[in-house]
Amino acid sequence: MTSSAARVPVAKTYKIYIDGKFPRTESGRYFPLTDSSDNVIANMCRGSRKDFRNAVVAARKAFPGWASASAYLRGQILYRIAEMLEGRQDQFVAELVSQGSGKRAATREVLASIDRLIYYAGWSDKYQQIFSAVNPVSSSHFNFSVLEPTGVVSVIAPDDSGLLGLVSNIAPAIVGGNTCVVLASEQMPLCAVSFAEVLHVSDLPGGVVNILTGFRDELTGQFAAHMDVNAIIVTDANVCKEVQVSAADNIKRVIARADTQWQSDSAQNPYLIQDTQEVKTTWHPIGA
Amino acid sequence: MDNQNKLAFNDGWQYAPAPESTDHIVVDEQYELFIDGDFVAPKEGRYFETINPATEETLSSVALATSDDVDLAVKAARKAYKGPWSKMKASERGKYIYRIARIMQERAREFAAIESLDGGKPIRESRDIDIPLAAAHFFYYAGWADKLQYAFPGRKPQSLGVAGQIIPWNFPLLMASWKIAPALACGNTVVLKPAETTPLTAMKLAEVIRDAGLPEGVVNIVTGAGDTGAALVNHPDIDKIAFTGSTGVGRIIQRAIAGTNKKYTLELGGKAANVIFADAAIDQAVEGIVNGIFFNQGHVCCAGSRLIVQESVADEVVGKLKERMETLIVGDPMDKNTDIGAINSAAQLETIESYLKLGREEGATMHQSGCEVPGKGYWCRPTIFTGVSQSNRIVQEEIFGPVLAIQTFRTLEEGLTKANNTPYGLSGGVWTDKGAKIFKMTQKIRAGVIWANTFNKFDPTSPFGGYKESGVGREGGLHGLGAYLRLEAQS
Repeated sequence: MTSSAARVPVAKTYKIYIDGKFPRTESGRYFPLTDSSDNVIANMCRGSRKDFRNAVVAARKAFPGWASASAYLRGQILYRIAEMLEGRQDQFVAELVSQGSGKRAATREVLASIDRLIYYAGWSDKYQQIFSAVNPVSSSHFNFSVLEPTGVVSVIAPDDSGLLGLVSNIAPAIVGGNTCVVLASEQMPLCAVSFAEVLHVSDLPGGVVNILTGFRDELTGQFAAHMDVNAIIVTDANVCKEVQVSAADNIKRVIARADTQWQSDSAQNPYLIQDTQEVKTTWHPIGA
Repeated sequence: MDNQNKLAFNDGWQYAPAPESTDHIVVDEQYELFIDGDFVAPKEGRYFETINPATEETLSSVALATSDDVDLAVKAARKAYKGPWSKMKASERGKYIYRIARIMQERAREFAAIESLDGGKPIRESRDIDIPLAAAHFFYYAGWADKLQYAFPGRKPQSLGVAGQIIPWNFPLLMASWKIAPALACGNTVVLKPAETTPLTAMKLAEVIRDAGLPEGVVNIVTGAGDTGAALVNHPDIDKIAFTGSTGVGRIIQRAIAGTNKKYTLELGGKAANVIFADAAIDQAVEGIVNGIFFNQGHVCCAGSRLIVQESVADEVVGKLKERMETLIVGDPMDKNTDIGAINSAAQLETIESYLKLGREEGATMHQSGCEVPGKGYWCRPTIFTGVSQSNRIVQEEIFGPVLAIQTFRTLEEGLTKANNTPYGLSGGVWTDKGAKIFKMTQKIRAGVIWANTFNKFDPTSPFGGYKESGVGREGGLHGLGAYLRLEAQS
């Protein structure tokens, strides 16, 4: 036995995340992800339109249950996601470094992502109290307005922030009871898949978050046009116009978050939760 | 049913006419554009006629604004924004808006009469609902002008600039006030385009705004049809578009402003379900159905145009509804006895009639009240369809007339599924005496406004707007402010 022989490392197969499962893309296509020295790190799934449509079906199916989960439960689950991420910091730092980040910047990004999840976990049972209202109508009615989740949300995650940009857009959408389908960064997709694994062990019901990897040129239009998606979050200024045009097919809400500094404190606030909420106003007569 | 105990409205005694007098109102022969504080002729000198849909007689000739006129209006609004309006102390801005509210209240009867003449709605509705609510909107938002910082915790609200606003013909003055009042309160200036069939009360509002002494150019009103609206939407110096109208046009607008920084709110179509449970107070529910679909000739985006009634009471509800329909008086909008006025235009009547034909072709059973309608003008009897299925176009599409599609259900889940099964989500209704059932239904119906044991109620403090394809954003109440502000982070 040669004690000094290097152990052969086991590489991870990076797959997509749909309906609480990790399939490969139905298309069988892939794209190689390389490091700065052109070594192949992984063969990523090149997600297809069909994958996206399957993901929307899963997200729609998960929506009623997640939307009516208690605020307390949603907060607990977001907190649990943060806990799971905390325990796997090293993996995420290593992935960011392999995709070109410096060690210090990668560590900062992972820690900020964990803290961002904690931040939104805490909002779960509070934003409603900030944004709802009892309206003093002049007729004899009790009238109140509350927030309800918009529904299924497409998220085009930032291309230049593999983890923090992803988390900063998913967390405010799901803490408010939406379900989502996310297109991961094309340049830095590794953390998105690993984050799906974190979600998977955090008691988040399957289908609440679905994550695809693939080509943005190919998939952005699909994310914007699908008739059973209620809103789209777009983080790339170059595609805002295209997205807006397609989104009009079913009057999707378009939430543009281009040029956001994801590390900054301004990238987290309850108004980002409100972006994917609807105001519902209910009337009832007061009388005998 | 025992005929002896039935109220017979249609034989023997007739209501004596009770016409609203019109001798106190002035409608000019011609109206110009209201730009930069002045009434100015359109550049190309073209005018269109606005008619009384109850008589088909011409009321007035109204300026047709082209893109050059719209450009002048936007320039005036920009100048007023940079100049006095955005620099003015917020409390002073509020006082101007209060003035508008007060003058509208003083001239309320005149506004009501003109609204009914130009649009065909019953004088009772314009007198008791449209005009008082319009004034109330100005009164409500006037008070917000100097209190905006309290509405958005942790933010510094900033005005947007120039708002382009396009409004429909179903509630002309009320929609103008829904748009103008919050825009001004938030420190913006306005270019408003009223609908081409109902421009008169907007031009009267221009007089009010002039009389209130608002700085020139703060509010500009340009009349015209779709091309005028398109010129406004596409104008590069507009910061915000507010539109109320059809989902089809809403789509065009959303596409047109893609890639610009224009903010937008869209209040679009609806196909509201009015869900009646067996344990509801049936007589009240029948009144709610009538109010839901026959209010304003059914020209209401949030109209309860689908009745979804629990099977065990369906015969009773439909029977009582048919009886009640016989008592509805269709006719002269200016008569205070009238329940249902004139259809707003020949084009809209044609649309409604095409749906009546379609409904029968789809296999539904049509029933109309037996009332007589005047010979001249545009009229549609109250109409219900039974035996419809969920996929029928008269169930899925907005008709915008006094036409009700009736479906039945057995379980709450079935009723709910049917209620939610359209692309729209503007409003909904629930009728039951069980509190827990009310909350279950009002939570699960995917719509922006839900009326429980009531229908078609409106108030300036109450946010209004749709889910899904019924629109984006809210108007009214605290939530209506956000549409006219940019929220900066507090440093």
